[in-house]
Amino acid sequence: MSTASDIVEPAQPQVAREGVYGSRSAEERVALSVIDNSMKVAGVFFVCCGAFWLLAGSFFGFVASMKLHNPDFMAALPELTFGRVRSAHLNSMAYGWANNAVFAIGLWIMARLSRAPVRHGGLLIIAGVMWNLAVLVGIRGILFGDMTSVEWLEIPTYVTPILGLSYALIGVWGILAFHYRKSEHVYVSQWYILGAVFWFPWIYTVAQMLIFFAPARGTVQAITNWWFAHNVLGLWYTPVALAAAYYLIPKILGKPIHSYYLSVLGFWSLALFYNWAGVHHLIGGPIPLWLQTAGVVGSLGMVIPVIVVAVNHHLTVRGCFRQIWNSPTLRFVVYGAMSYTLASLMGSLMAIPEVNVVTHFTHFTVAHAHHGAYAFFTMVMFGSVYFMMPRLLQKEWPSATLIRIHFWSCAIGAAIYVIGLSVGGWMQGLMMNNPEIPFMEIVEFMVPWLMSRSLAGVLLTIGHFAFAINIAWILLGRRVAEPKVSLTKKAAA
Amino acid sequence: MKNLPILFLGIFFTVAFSWSGLILSSQIQYGGLTPTTATLDEDGNPTPGETLFPRMASGQAEQGKLIYIREGCMYCHTQQVRPQGFGADYERGWGPRQTVPRDYILQDRVLLGTMRTGPDLADVGGRPLTRSWHHQHLYNPQITSPGSIMPPFAYLYEVKEIEGAPSPNAVTISPDTEYAPEPGFEVVPTKEAEVLVDYLLSLKVDYELPEAKFTE
Repeated sequence: MSTASDIVEPAQPQVAREGVYGSRSAEERVALSVIDNSMKVAGVFFVCCGAFWLLAGSFFGFVASMKLHNPDFMAALPELTFGRVRSAHLNSMAYGWANNAVFAIGLWIMARLSRAPVRHGGLLIIAGVMWNLAVLVGIRGILFGDMTSVEWLEIPTYVTPILGLSYALIGVWGILAFHYRKSEHVYVSQWYILGAVFWFPWIYTVAQMLIFFAPARGTVQAITNWWFAHNVLGLWYTPVALAAAYYLIPKILGKPIHSYYLSVLGFWSLALFYNWAGVHHLIGGPIPLWLQTAGVVGSLGMVIPVIVVAVNHHLTVRGCFRQIWNSPTLRFVVYGAMSYTLASLMGSLMAIPEVNVVTHFTHFTVAHAHHGAYAFFTMVMFGSVYFMMPRLLQKEWPSATLIRIHFWSCAIGAAIYVIGLSVGGWMQGLMMNNPEIPFMEIVEFMVPWLMSRSLAGVLLTIGHFAFAINIAWILLGRRVAEPKVSLTKKAAA
Repeated sequence: MKNLPILFLGIFFTVAFSWSGLILSSQIQYGGLTPTTATLDEDGNPTPGETLFPRMASGQAEQGKLIYIREGCMYCHTQQVRPQGFGADYERGWGPRQTVPRDYILQDRVLLGTMRTGPDLADVGGRPLTRSWHHQHLYNPQITSPGSIMPPFAYLYEVKEIEGAPSPNAVTISPDTEYAPEPGFEVVPTKEAEVLVDYLLSLKVDYELPEAKFTE
């Protein structure tokens, strides 16, 4: 695939020593640029689709949020009733934004660490188009009355085989990129991505089969549902975001990860504990008690990988805080990594029955879900996109201001979101457990807290627009011959 | 990491472990539960001649459940009663006993839910709420529950001119309120609203099982 012409083009002297490849040797720059070039079309495609879904998901999320304190808002449209639009929000964000981000970042990091270009990128695009069309038909189905009402699996079953098939095509590329690796060493980030690539199709297929195509009886469905839904975050988004953090932090700081052995421990303890944790969504519910206990144990076990990763990252970045601050990528990634620690420890706490009896069934859980999926995963993905795109396109980001707007509105928005709904949700839980308080009083009490969520949603949406504009701009803008002074320059690899 | 086979086996076995531990073993433990009578005979079998629980849902209720699924009601309403002493489900009158796995075995789609923006509905059919109340509440929750944040499902109702006598199933809405239709008009439930209410009224935990007696 990589012919001479592929090699020559990006390695021209116009990308000077100050450019996206920093002060590497000419040989290394050529090798990297060949790999980047092989991911260019697919990577840019996934990022653009991701940004589209991010905006669509923000819209649905905002409508859903408004309806919770203003039920007459757009109430005449059946397509936008709360139950449907919140599911459209979740699925746009999960299968639209997050999966496209995983495809782009996961495959690119895999290719780079394997030191091998991605082969037949064109076929990858076909799979990508299929995936995104399937999500589009799926979201349309949710809005127009075909929703399944199974959490994280709302997309109608007539679409899911296509989703599965196109995923398989994309996943195979990750494995192929690894298979043709030229590097001798297999990096931590590669384990995480390999794990994710295998885990996702497995949990997805099992969930589809046992819930829809050959349904298990009774609450075994619910156990399957939460085994899947929690593992989407734990065995699919989390490993890829951790892979990105493990790749980008040392790369940008120019120093190795603090401890190789801590990385090993972190990976295996995550693989072992995370996938038992999902049952904690059913504590107190109609399932055998021993299963609930297994879920609690799995959730508490998660303390190990979380602390290990946090210590490892902290000891790596120690003493480099100015560099973090100056690199837009690291700002996002470090915000995400810190949220990972905090959100995961909260998650372990929330599985303890004495805490769960308050937080379960309340907005505390919603706050927690966004803490993990947004403040951790999405922020790391933003940072990764800021790092990857200039390397794929051989261009600098056109606007540092937009990146700053993006960071601050999302950082503050996510904080308001998580704090507002956590505090409100905790009080909601306490009130719900006190039978003296009439239910309607709790509903009315929650309204201001739910408004804080809409405010957070506006801030997040502003950030997403800044992100999308910058992406459109870098794509349409001319190739930069002389790198401009911008934030990204300091992040040069 | 040099030993790739261990990596791949590890990736495989960690998930195989949780899958068999959580899903396969629950399927083996209680995937084969069948309906039974409230008390068992001396041999531990269902007492002959007594009603088997849980009951089959009516066709109307099954149709209504499809509307419940389509509109995503379960994102704000759970269908599970937790045991007394864990939360206040019993004290709030959400059910006379905790729900157990057997309660759900006849349901094609289990809608336990994880969010209580609104109250639990496992036993909503057991509460003293009439068909008429449910229609008012679905048409616009403010009629029955001022301050509610539940969305109005007015699109499941038709507002039409009264021709001759008012329709027998028209929703009663006091004419003094802002939710009442124009004079000479009435609010009539569509088929979808009727079956949805059938479904809600069918949700009852009014029977005991050998493993779940009413809370004293």
